[in-house]
Amino acid sequence: MGFSGKAIELARQATSLGVLVSSVLIMWKLWTLLSGSDSPVVVVLTGSMEPGFKRGDILFLHLNKSPIRSGDIVVFNVDGRDIPIVHRVVMVHEQRDTGEINFLTKGDNNPYDDRYGGIYANGQLWLQQRDVIGRIIGFLPYVGWATIIMIEKPIIKYLLIGILSLLVISSKE
Amino acid sequence: MHSFVYRANALLTFAVTILAVMCAMASFSDNLNVPSPTAEVQVLNINWFQKHPNGNDEVSLTLNMSANLQSMFTWNTKQVFVFIAAEYETPLNSLNQVSLWDGIIPSKEHAKIWIHTTNKYRFSDQGSNLRGKEFNLTLHWHVMPKTGKMFADKIVMTGYRLPDEYR
Repeated sequence: MGFSGKAIELARQATSLGVLVSSVLIMWKLWTLLSGSDSPVVVVLTGSMEPGFKRGDILFLHLNKSPIRSGDIVVFNVDGRDIPIVHRVVMVHEQRDTGEINFLTKGDNNPYDDRYGGIYANGQLWLQQRDVIGRIIGFLPYVGWATIIMIEKPIIKYLLIGILSLLVISSKE
Repeated sequence: MHSFVYRANALLTFAVTILAVMCAMASFSDNLNVPSPTAEVQVLNINWFQKHPNGNDEVSLTLNMSANLQSMFTWNTKQVFVFIAAEYETPLNSLNQVSLWDGIIPSKEHAKIWIHTTNKYRFSDQGSNLRGKEFNLTLHWHVMPKTGKMFADKIVMTGYRLPDEYR
């Protein structure tokens, strides 16, 4: 195989890699679009919704404009906390004239609601519809452990990337 | 093409795909189930009914509920989360929903429930609109599967009313 042959081979491999990466990206973006949420999947990080959701489970989200009602399990962000929280809505007040909804959440396994239990920011009494990242519509057990391990022990992430790179390089021969 | 790595990769991909298909089928089988729950809730007593210094009304009640939720369980059901909420409207709010009690039913055997309890969570208003207020009690359930899609629905029971005066 001459020099140009090698170059063609390299170009072919680079193209197939590019096609693979872009098709994964397209599928991810399509999923984001269909679910209405920026992050259509979350991993359960705490035990506050046990025994229903355990640490390491994966939750599927969906977001639409329909108003929050009690019983919905929502994922939301609180100012000052970097991880999103997954809890159930226990109290809803919808204002007549503005349609604005104030609601209160609580983890199934927590003794107190999120206001009393210190989950909300200081002085925050309610959540609003705009705080919601999505509503939980489905769930897969155990699959999220891979993500948790890679977050909590980053060395495993580097090890994995290292091994995969080694495999890709060695398979060219 | 027959190295260990290629074979392990092919096997792993195949296994994961099969697992995903099985989870999807398990979840799909839940759609074939048509739940037919029955429930009855009575307000046995209004224990007290006060207005707090911050201007919000609060009432404590004793509830009696009997329900049969056995038809909701399928082989793919992990648990059913049940809660009772009071629903009412006020001049300020077109809808208020306050959860009074919740519980977890871990299996079909435990799905015939009978409870007699004061409200587990505080029944308080945004403001003081509860005197003489008519309200609905809704029994909500949330079927949480072993894998896949979750189902939720409710039964609305109307005709409850709070006393006209604080006590």
